[in-house]
Amino acid sequence: MALRKLTWVELKLFTRDPLSLVFTLALPFFFLVVLNGVFGNEPEIDPVEDVWRGVGPADYYVPAYLGLVMAAVGVLSMPVRLATYRESGVLRRFRASAMPLWAVLGSQIVIALLTSVVGAVSITIASALIYDTGFPTDVALLVPAFFLAALSFAALGVVLGSVLPTARSAQGAGIMLFFVMFLLSGSGPPRDVLSDGMRTVGNALPLTHVVTLLQDPWLGFGWATSASLVVAGILVGSVALSIRFFRWE
Amino acid sequence: MENALIVDGLRKRYGHTTAVDGVSFEVAPGEIFGILGENGSGKTTTVECVQALRRADSGSVRVFGVDPQADRARLRSIVGSQLQESELPDRLRVWEALDLFSAISPASADWRELLADWGLADKRDTAFASLSGGQRQRLLVALALVNRPRLVFLDEMTTGLDPSARRVAWDLIDEIRARGTTVVLVTHFMDEAERLCDRLAVFQRGRIIAEGTPPGLVDAHAGEAAVFFTTDLADLSWLADAQGVERIERTGSHVSVRGTGPLLAYTAAALVAHGIAPTDLRSERRSLEDAFLALTTAEAEVAT
Repeated sequence: MALRKLTWVELKLFTRDPLSLVFTLALPFFFLVVLNGVFGNEPEIDPVEDVWRGVGPADYYVPAYLGLVMAAVGVLSMPVRLATYRESGVLRRFRASAMPLWAVLGSQIVIALLTSVVGAVSITIASALIYDTGFPTDVALLVPAFFLAALSFAALGVVLGSVLPTARSAQGAGIMLFFVMFLLSGSGPPRDVLSDGMRTVGNALPLTHVVTLLQDPWLGFGWATSASLVVAGILVGSVALSIRFFRWE
Repeated sequence: MENALIVDGLRKRYGHTTAVDGVSFEVAPGEIFGILGENGSGKTTTVECVQALRRADSGSVRVFGVDPQADRARLRSIVGSQLQESELPDRLRVWEALDLFSAISPASADWRELLADWGLADKRDTAFASLSGGQRQRLLVALALVNRPRLVFLDEMTTGLDPSARRVAWDLIDEIRARGTTVVLVTHFMDEAERLCDRLAVFQRGRIIAEGTPPGLVDAHAGEAAVFFTTDLADLSWLADAQGVERIERTGSHVSVRGTGPLLAYTAAALVAHGIAPTDLRSERRSLEDAFLALTTAEAEVAT
C-alpha cells in the first residue's frame, strides 16, 4: 500500500519536474538527432575502416541511447532527488511517519525502470520512423539485458543519492559523470575512434558495459557475457554500498 | 492514569559534546508540556531520542508504556510529529501529501476532514512550494495528526512565522488539546510557552534547570514583584507589615511597593483596610521571560 501510493505520487512529481524530463528523455533524443544527422545510417563497407560494428551508425546508436536514458536516470535524476529529499528533511519526515525504507527506495527504482522503458520505446520508434533504423534482432536476450542494465543504474542512483550529501553536490557530480560517460562509453563517438587512454577510462565506466550489453542482442551478436557480469557486479556492489551508506538525514 | 510520556535519565553525546545530560520528566495525558530553552540546549535532541529518531546513550523512555526503541511500529502509531526543518517535495500538492501520509498509517483519520479542520480546503490542489509559511505549518501539523496520535510533538512550529500566523498556530495547538491529544511543545519563545503550556521544563546545556507551571516559574524565579499607586497620605508605615511586602519607595505622591508572591492582592487588601482605594493601583507584570533570564543567567554563573 505504502509502496503503491508513494510510487504513484513520485510518478506525478516526476512528470511535474521539467528538469528531470529534459535530462532523462529529451537530452538522449537530442543526441540521437545530432549524431544520426552527422553520421547517417550507411554501413562502412571496408571492414578495416569500420568503427560501427558492421552496421549503419544510426543502428549502432539506438541501443546505446537506451543505455544513455538509464545513465541519465541513474546519475542525474535519482541522486539529485534523493539528496534533495535528505537535505530538505523529506526523508526525516518519511521516517518519522513510519514510511518503510523499502517503499522510499522501491518507488524510486520503479520510477527509474519506468523511465528507462518509456525512453527506450520512444527512442526506438522515433528512430525507426525518422532514420529507418531496425528493431532488436534478439528480443528474448534483449529483455533480460535491458532490465539488468536498468536495475543496475537505478541501484547506482541510490548509492550516489546516499553518499552525496547535498542536492548541489549530487547535481555537480551527476552532470560530470553523465557527460564523461556519454563521450567515452560508445554512446557518443564510437569506441573504435577513441585513443587507448580514453578507452581505458571508458572501461571503468558503467555505461560502456551497459552499451555492449544492450548492443549485442540488439544487433544479433548474442549475449555479452563479460559485460553482463560487470553490470551485475555493479548492481550487487551498489546494493551493498546502499545498505552500508544510506542515511535518512 | 498512565503517563503519556516518562523520560528517565536520558543522555546523548555527540563526540565530545554532551547534548543531553541526564534529563528526566513526565507528561500527563491531555497536557500541553513545554520544553523551553535556547538553541543548542538539547531540546530537539531530547524529543528526537524520545521518538526513536536518534538512539540515546542511556536512560529510558516510555510513551504510553511503549519503549520507542524496542517497538518503533507501535510508537509510530501513537505519536505524531511535526519535525523541525522538515519539508515536503516542492511540487507535492496539499491533498496528495495528506493522502500519502494517511496511507502509511493503518488507523488514519479521514484526511478530507483534516483538510477542512486546518483551513486548507481551498489550498487542496496547491503545491507545497507555493504555500505561505503559515499554510505550510498548518499542513505539517495536519500531517502530524493524520494517524490520530495520542501524543504529538511540535518542534519550533512557530519559528519563521509572522505574528498573526503565530496567533493562528497557537489557536491550533489549543484545538489539538481540546481533542484530547497530549502535546509536547518545543520552543524558544517565552510568550508562546507562557500562553500555551500547562507545565514546562527549562533546558540549559542538556539539563533541566527548572520545571513547573508558567505562573509557578514566574513566581519562583522572576524576582521581585512591583505594585504602584499614588496617594497623598503621609504615613504608609503600616503597609510594610502587609504580607509579601519587602520595600516601599515613594517620590512625592507616587508610591512603589516591592516584594514577592501575589503582591498586588496583598497590597490592595491592606490599602482598602486602611480606607484607601487608589484608582491607579497597578502591578508590573513579571513574565516567563524574566524568570527564564534569571534562571539561565544564574545557572551560567554557577557553571563558570
